[in-house]
Amino acid sequence: MKTIKLLLVDDERAFLDTMTKRLEKRQIGVWAVYSGTDALDELEKNKGIEVVILDVKMPGMDGMETLVEIKKRFPLLEVVMLTGHATVETAIDGMKLGAFDYLMKPCDIDLLLSKVTAAASKKRKQEEKIVEARIKEITGRQI
Amino acid sequence: MAGSQIEQKPFYQILKRKITILILVVSFFPMILTTGIIFYRFNRTYTDKIAAHISELVQKHTQNIDTFLLEKLGNVRYLARHIENAQVPPDFLHRQLGLLKTEYKDVFTDLGLVDQNGIQFAYEGPFRLENADYSGAPWFINAREKPFYISDVFAGLRGHPHFIIAVKIRSKGSECLLRATINFTAFNSLVENIHIGKTGMAFIINSQGQLQTQTDLRIDPSIMASMASREGYKHHKTMFARKQDPSGKNYLYVTSMFENIDWLMVYRQDVKDAFHDLWKTQVLALGLFAIGCIAILSVAFTLPRNIVTLILQADKKSEVMNKQVVESGKLATIGELAAGIAHEINNPVAIMVEEAGWIEDLLEDEDLKESKNWDEFKRALRQINTQGRRCKEITHKLLSFARKTDSTVNDVQVNDAIIEIVSLTAQMAKYNNVTIETDLNQGIPYIRISPSELQQVILNLINNAIDAMEKTGGTIKIETKVSKLEKNNVVISIQDDGPGIPKNNLTRIFDPFFTTKAVGKGTGLGLSICYGIIQKMGGKIDVHSQVEKGSRFRIWIPFQTAEIEPTHVHEINKRGENI
Repeated sequence: MKTIKLLLVDDERAFLDTMTKRLEKRQIGVWAVYSGTDALDELEKNKGIEVVILDVKMPGMDGMETLVEIKKRFPLLEVVMLTGHATVETAIDGMKLGAFDYLMKPCDIDLLLSKVTAAASKKRKQEEKIVEARIKEITGRQI
Repeated sequence: MAGSQIEQKPFYQILKRKITILILVVSFFPMILTTGIIFYRFNRTYTDKIAAHISELVQKHTQNIDTFLLEKLGNVRYLARHIENAQVPPDFLHRQLGLLKTEYKDVFTDLGLVDQNGIQFAYEGPFRLENADYSGAPWFINAREKPFYISDVFAGLRGHPHFIIAVKIRSKGSECLLRATINFTAFNSLVENIHIGKTGMAFIINSQGQLQTQTDLRIDPSIMASMASREGYKHHKTMFARKQDPSGKNYLYVTSMFENIDWLMVYRQDVKDAFHDLWKTQVLALGLFAIGCIAILSVAFTLPRNIVTLILQADKKSEVMNKQVVESGKLATIGELAAGIAHEINNPVAIMVEEAGWIEDLLEDEDLKESKNWDEFKRALRQINTQGRRCKEITHKLLSFARKTDSTVNDVQVNDAIIEIVSLTAQMAKYNNVTIETDLNQGIPYIRISPSELQQVILNLINNAIDAMEKTGGTIKIETKVSKLEKNNVVISIQDDGPGIPKNNLTRIFDPFFTTKAVGKGTGLGLSICYGIIQKMGGKIDVHSQVEKGSRFRIWIPFQTAEIEPTHVHEINKRGENI
């Protein structure tokens, strides 16, 4: 399994730290930040990140705002929303805004993993398509 | 509850009594006062009026008779003056009687001259009374001592009631009397004509209480005698007296004295007759008073009862309403609480589950597989996971309590919604040996509600029924119809023949967190969520249950007639009939 580069965004540090450890144990490159603005900064710095797991309910810049901003700046990034029950509707709204999927806390690690993998593979496929298109364009130009 | 009702009963009774007493006092006091004063005043005025009337009448007649007597006496005295100092012509009496008769008709019966010794030496009249001896007659004895005299009525020598006017004549040193007999019938008619009412009549008595007129009276002689006494009499005044007959009848006696003779005019009337009009008025007044009393009494006793009943009903209604307000307040509080709990509990639970997962991960790496507690570690971690999920479910339900799942309203056909839910639950029902029967009446109008909320409510109730009959199996009957009692309401009734709900629990089943299910199986929120939803729809839900017989939940949901055109309803009805 290829290593996926993942950005975890949640204000709940204890949750985030444990989640990071568990995911790293499963061969996933995890970057963890505690707020929406930090997430955007991290994404600017680290272009290798493929998937973002984003908590909906955060102080300051909340999940939805962060999502909109991410999609604006990095349209190819896949985002999985993470919510408590109270915000299922928000998660659904998020999917309408371009999020890949949503997960409810507390979440099963395997389910999380499968969603992350699916999101990553989707992103990779899209990137491949772009690359192919470019190649076609270039090759076509050469002809 | 029971305590408050026991406390309230005397309160209502006191209220009733207070109102009754107030009505009685306020109505009776003025009525008695007014009626009493009017009654008394009227009585006095009317009595005075009647007395004055009778008195005047009696006086008038007394004067009439006085005048009559005075006139007749005058006549006789005039004749006597002719005889004085002059020789009497042989036909003098004859001529004078003739003149008097032409003047006064039959008032004078005869004329006569009586000498000192009582011998009538000259007579003119229809009887043969020449030389009659009056020396022993009472009138002669009385008349001798006075210048003139009017006798009492008596039969005398002729055996016929009459009375005499005698005037003394002095001539040539000797005295003689001119005597005139007055026709009793003529005199009697003067008195006889006095009649008032049915029993009012007049008569004349002399100083001994003997009747001087021909009246059929049968009056007790003692009464006559008592009236004859002259004590306290004044001229031109009448005396009033009330006396009882031996027969027991009360009579009013009005007496008046004559000026020229020692007689009394007596007027007698039955008291009842005299005051007949007064009596009638009194009876009428008393009758009205009695009717008034009855009216007041009936009002005083029925009105407070009705008022208190109304108050009681209003109190009961407000009590129910208070309960409902408390209930919905409870629900609102629970809702807010639930949202808070969901947010606050969920994150820690998530962290705990996550940490447990991390330990699980670590256990895989460590050399602990040989440890004798390896299986226990694994089990404990799994348990933490399971319980975490349970927490998640509870918070999830709590949140559905606080949030409107999907409250977008739509026109919903209740029957269709029920059919859909029944098909959803059919599998589970079959599994539990439960059959679901439906009796869905056609012609139920569309209702503007949230379809998912309605589903939630009905699904909850069906699930509860299935759970209740889990062991025994049974039948669930679902019925829909337009309510007959509550206008513009659809009734959905869900009835099972399961074990029923014990009375103790019946009042609490809509309370949040009340459950009889095993720990972990029920949250105790299902029915209170239903309650909240139905309340929000403006409807109501109730439950009847008998242990061992089953339970019936009924839901009323109002529909707006204004929104459904009559033709539309009609169409639906028609469709229903065609089916």
